[in-house]
Amino acid sequence: MSNTAVKTIRVLIAKPGLDGHDRGAKVIARGLKDAGMEVIYLGLRLTPEQIAEAAIQEDVDVVGLSCLSGAHLGLFPRVVDLLRRKGGEHILVIGGGIIPKKDATPLKEAGVARVFGPGTPIPEIAKYIQENLKEKK
Amino acid sequence: MTTDKGERKKEFRTTVDGALVKKVYVPADGPADSSLPGEYPFTRHIMGNGYRGRLWTMRQYAGFATVEETNKRYKYLYGQGNTGFSVAFHLPTQEGYDSDHPLSAGEVGKTGVAIDSLRDMEQLWDGIPLADVSTSMTINATAPIILAMYIAAAEKQGADPSRLKGTVQNDILKEYIARNTYIFAPGPSMRLVTDVCAYCAEKLPEWNSISISGYHIREAGSTAIQEVAFTLANGIAYVQAMLDRGMKIDYFAPRFSFFFAANTNLLEEIAKFRAARRLWAKIVKDRFGSANPRSQMLRYHVQTDGFTLTEQQPLNNIIRVTIQSLAAVMGGCQSLHTNSYDEALSLPTEQAVQVALRTQQIIAEESGVADTVDPLGGSFYLESLTNQIEEGARQYIEKIDRMGGALEAIRKGYVQSEIARSAYAYQKAVDSGEQIVVGVNKYTTKAAGDTNIFEVDPSVEKKQTERLKVLRQERDNARVKQALEKVKQTAASHENILPVLIDTVKTYATQGEISNALREVFGEYREPSLL
Repeated sequence: MSNTAVKTIRVLIAKPGLDGHDRGAKVIARGLKDAGMEVIYLGLRLTPEQIAEAAIQEDVDVVGLSCLSGAHLGLFPRVVDLLRRKGGEHILVIGGGIIPKKDATPLKEAGVARVFGPGTPIPEIAKYIQENLKEKK
Repeated sequence: MTTDKGERKKEFRTTVDGALVKKVYVPADGPADSSLPGEYPFTRHIMGNGYRGRLWTMRQYAGFATVEETNKRYKYLYGQGNTGFSVAFHLPTQEGYDSDHPLSAGEVGKTGVAIDSLRDMEQLWDGIPLADVSTSMTINATAPIILAMYIAAAEKQGADPSRLKGTVQNDILKEYIARNTYIFAPGPSMRLVTDVCAYCAEKLPEWNSISISGYHIREAGSTAIQEVAFTLANGIAYVQAMLDRGMKIDYFAPRFSFFFAANTNLLEEIAKFRAARRLWAKIVKDRFGSANPRSQMLRYHVQTDGFTLTEQQPLNNIIRVTIQSLAAVMGGCQSLHTNSYDEALSLPTEQAVQVALRTQQIIAEESGVADTVDPLGGSFYLESLTNQIEEGARQYIEKIDRMGGALEAIRKGYVQSEIARSAYAYQKAVDSGEQIVVGVNKYTTKAAGDTNIFEVDPSVEKKQTERLKVLRQERDNARVKQALEKVKQTAASHENILPVLIDTVKTYATQGEISNALREVFGEYREPSLL
């Protein structure tokens, strides 16, 4: 990839599963937009399939997943898995919500790069994204 | 505006509307409410003797895994003398999917108990006489179905439905605004809400047919004024919808109940409850012409504000919950749920749940705040805040009226974007350090290791889907099919759907199947993109 033009980072924020707590997802979508990224807020009550499909179609660099119902261990890895199978292995997947610390390890092993807990400042998330983008092969 | 030398901040502001807080308040800052507790407009309390007669109900919201586990927990509580239950349903039941639906994967038994059919409901209450307890059910889009199951289960126990006591949340408007467990579009949803209210008014006179909720609006990021305004605006929409069905205000309004959050800003929150009571009483009396004081009394449940719980230094949350509970009690709530200190980490552990309940008991038994009614009434600052919140909420309601009411304001996305704006402003204030959250952006410590957390047994999903499979084999499927046809016909008509739903659940049709029948008639709602 050439480094002559700075490409705007494209982020997809989505809520997999049935959880309706969308305050965090919406606030982060808005915050990342204010940080200069292009943000697509896909909404809630989505299957991992719908999220992966949208991520590929929208050609995003980052997928941010939010879940507060406790269903993250099943849902987040499934999104990563589908992305890999659809040619989106370069997409950085991050997550947030009510996620016990001990679940961060299995999530990381499954390809969720980082889990941000409650109380994380948005600039910290933006910085992490900027520093950890993966290159498209 | 002069700034006193030596003050620790350049300016002090309320969180209700950002108005400046004065150094000291004097009588000229606004008249104190001159009514007595138990008198219109009920600013000081709906009952003349406050908690001197009966304490508020300590109603802890609980439910997890399968009906067996939850039933065991309820039986234990019942044995301990607890007669007030508050059922948490898992998300599939709240959104009309059976436990074996693909979207339910990973969610079964997580945020509450899994109820798919009347069989589950019967087992949930096994050994607990529904005639003798009061039950609050947090259920909205599927409220008519779940209430039908509750009535059918009670009938099977031999209970007289007209004696049943409890509450069904049944507040769909705030689902579009904040909580997001809607299924159908606002139009047909309002019809289902009023079907429940009308049925309860006729057949379940001791049942609260709706719990109009500001809690979730606050949790989604609103200010205190917005919480009062949007909740009461929704209340107005429900009252109007009932009047439009030809019902008289004093026939149904006495069974309308409310649900608010309690935040940590102690005096603002006490003022909020007083302002909400006064404003609702005026609306019901002046706008809708009620003559019955019971219709005008704003009765409400409170839950401490879950959003304020921090993952960092979780024990600090015990203090937050204590302050919030004091606000609820000094504000005059009818029932209270206290959150557990570990809920920013996971579902609560038993120890944390116990501390939460003990917090209420200490306030009730040791603090003395429940010994006189409206103990802070007459405080110059509190009375000024009460006036300020009432006025701010009144202006919002006027604006919503001009837009054509709450339903239209929600359809236009007005209410949602007002809340999103407040939520983002709060986050920016926290990120910049302007708003302090102890342990998060000040007085921070290195993250501790894993605290003890609660987990739902992963075998629950398999157990529940197997139960469902057995049910589908054992029941009379021809009867189920016939009943579901009847549901569709009734949904397409103007008839109250409750009697048909009660017949239908008795065939052991599942809530997912019944929801699907309704989806065929009503369609499904998708949230408009508002970012």
